[in-house]
Amino acid sequence: MNKGHKAGNDVTTASRDRNPSSAERRWEGRTLKAAREKSPERHQTFTTLSGVPIQRLYTPADLPGFDCARDLGDPSEYPFARGIHRTMYRGKVWTMRQFSGFATPEDTNQRLHYLLAQGQTGLSIAFDLPTLMGYDVDHPLAQGEVGKCGVAVSSLADMETLFAGLPLEEITTSMTINSPAAMIWAMYLAVAEKNGADWKKISGTTQNDILKEYIAQKEYIFPPRPSMRLVVDTITFGARQVPRWNPISISGYHIREAGSTAVQELAFTLRDGIEYVEWVLRMGMNVDEFAPRLSFFFNAHNDLFEEIAKCRAARKIWARVMRERFGAANPRSWLCRFHTQTAGCSLTAQQPYNNVIRTTLQALAAVLGGTQSLHTNSLDEAWALPTEQAVTLALRTQQVLAHESGVTNTVDPLAGSYFLERLTLETERACYEYFDKIDALGGMVAAIEKGYPQREIHDAAYAYQQAIERKEKIVVGVNEFVSAEKHPIEILTIDESVARHQCQKLAELRKKRDNARVQATLEALGSAAGTDENLMPYVLECVRAYSTVGEMCDVLRRVFGTYEEPAFR
Amino acid sequence: MIAVPDRRIRVLVAKPGLDGHDRGAKIVARALRDAGMEVIYTGLRQTPEQIVNAALQEDVDAIGISILSGAHNTILPRISELMRAQGLDEVLLVVGGIIPDVDIPGLKQGGVSEVFQPGATTQEIVAYIRGHVEAAKKGEV
Repeated sequence: MNKGHKAGNDVTTASRDRNPSSAERRWEGRTLKAAREKSPERHQTFTTLSGVPIQRLYTPADLPGFDCARDLGDPSEYPFARGIHRTMYRGKVWTMRQFSGFATPEDTNQRLHYLLAQGQTGLSIAFDLPTLMGYDVDHPLAQGEVGKCGVAVSSLADMETLFAGLPLEEITTSMTINSPAAMIWAMYLAVAEKNGADWKKISGTTQNDILKEYIAQKEYIFPPRPSMRLVVDTITFGARQVPRWNPISISGYHIREAGSTAVQELAFTLRDGIEYVEWVLRMGMNVDEFAPRLSFFFNAHNDLFEEIAKCRAARKIWARVMRERFGAANPRSWLCRFHTQTAGCSLTAQQPYNNVIRTTLQALAAVLGGTQSLHTNSLDEAWALPTEQAVTLALRTQQVLAHESGVTNTVDPLAGSYFLERLTLETERACYEYFDKIDALGGMVAAIEKGYPQREIHDAAYAYQQAIERKEKIVVGVNEFVSAEKHPIEILTIDESVARHQCQKLAELRKKRDNARVQATLEALGSAAGTDENLMPYVLECVRAYSTVGEMCDVLRRVFGTYEEPAFR
Repeated sequence: MIAVPDRRIRVLVAKPGLDGHDRGAKIVARALRDAGMEVIYTGLRQTPEQIVNAALQEDVDAIGISILSGAHNTILPRISELMRAQGLDEVLLVVGGIIPDVDIPGLKQGGVSEVFQPGATTQEIVAYIRGHVEAAKKGEV
């Protein structure tokens, strides 16, 4: 198969080694030499946060053969370096979508209403670990975990409470759920159905990106192949039944949080995307039937220009992959639409107000990078889930950026910067190198089975930690500019009353519901799981009968087995 | 007095509960190995029973628990209780992760020796474990 993504002419031409003009060489020889002798630079080498070397100066010599039509394009035109929309934020500001969820569905519902009232424009749900891992609140492994990292949802009844009073036909909802994504999505669809919303009209996103679970977030349940089957089932179901839904949010955020470099984040994410496309194509779908609804999710870390370059490179690479590797004809299939979250792992427990500054800069990177949707972390990120006060400030950060900074007044304001265009090209080239490596390993599932991306990420994380401990990288307030005094902040606490409340509700539900119907639907799910039928309709039937997340996942555990990752040495 | 050959410090690094964030645990495991210790990393989703059994079987000097999920007030007391039941009171128990200040006194009273919050360095952790394990060994002899 013609992979079509080989770096080839266009990427390497413009990013080949620089060829300084004679005027520049004279300047280096005379002016610069004298300046450096008088006042040496602060470091021997300057690199991005991820370790990419950065020159003192970028000039036209750094973009030999740069062709605006080929390497840049216009906004909303291939290769989309400048953004996927013609007017970008002049037409519509990015969606302000704060990832939220804690304690009971009632508590989270209240927070969602609050954030909408404060001006957020999209919903994003964080589920607790038992839910994420496919356990009900009363499972032994759920002890101590209920409602701590997100909202506890065991059944459709919890989803109804969670979304009470929210206008699901008018607002989009993103749900960070992976292994049980089919179940949680089915619950959302059932809630929408009960509220009279039309599935053809509702829009939102389910994260549903299982590959990155094996690589980074580690919320897997089943082994890779049956898990991919579930993802494919949701994508094909969505394409036919819920056409405005984004059935997958192919994610780099978690890969970066696990310690990867920016290039690894980009490359592993997009290569995961390639893997998903290949798997869905094997089902016999035409690429243009589903590709327009694939979406992405990136991290926005501290190094401003590295992050902007990464976003622009992402659009260029994905467009090329879709058009050339997969032959997609519909231009909407070429679009890398993405959500961004500012980097949680960059935020510190020490001097937490410094985090407001970090988040602001990271949000700026995402906006200058052309994100469609944005979550900004709260200052208490390193301590707990956000208090109302902290999340409000995080939302205000986006609003100030949108309405006061002026960066939204023009599309892709930094295009043409010698530095940024050079960095974008270098990022692209490095990404294609990773594609080649992973293709050579047999694809992403094979690479995961060999532990390749996991090892790359760990090595990068270890190197970064060592750099911090050697003060080669500074973290303000942590390894430099430390304060002897601690000024504790108020943090959100979640106690075991949440678990008791949820367990009681679940017990009552189990008594009230038609258990014969539950059994029948679960059995049907189990049978279908052993065939290659699409499981979504079966999951929907289970959900409508008020089967629980745990019950449905247990059925699939029996059929698919469970996954244990290879030992770390 | 019988001369006992020096053996390397043995540490069990464990991820209890459902929390899958293993960036820190793997970094600590590697740093301890680089510092000459023998490290057994349990991997994810360990129950307190599995952790304490592993500690017993591996005859470790220290257990390092990594937990970021907020379940520490349930899981750590259970680990301490099982350690006592299995006669592992002398084994050093340290914790790293997201642990609010207010929970630290309770954990220490329950048997946790030290809590390493975000910002702690691998060097601190290595030094702490080495220092405390060596002191405990000298105490025995």
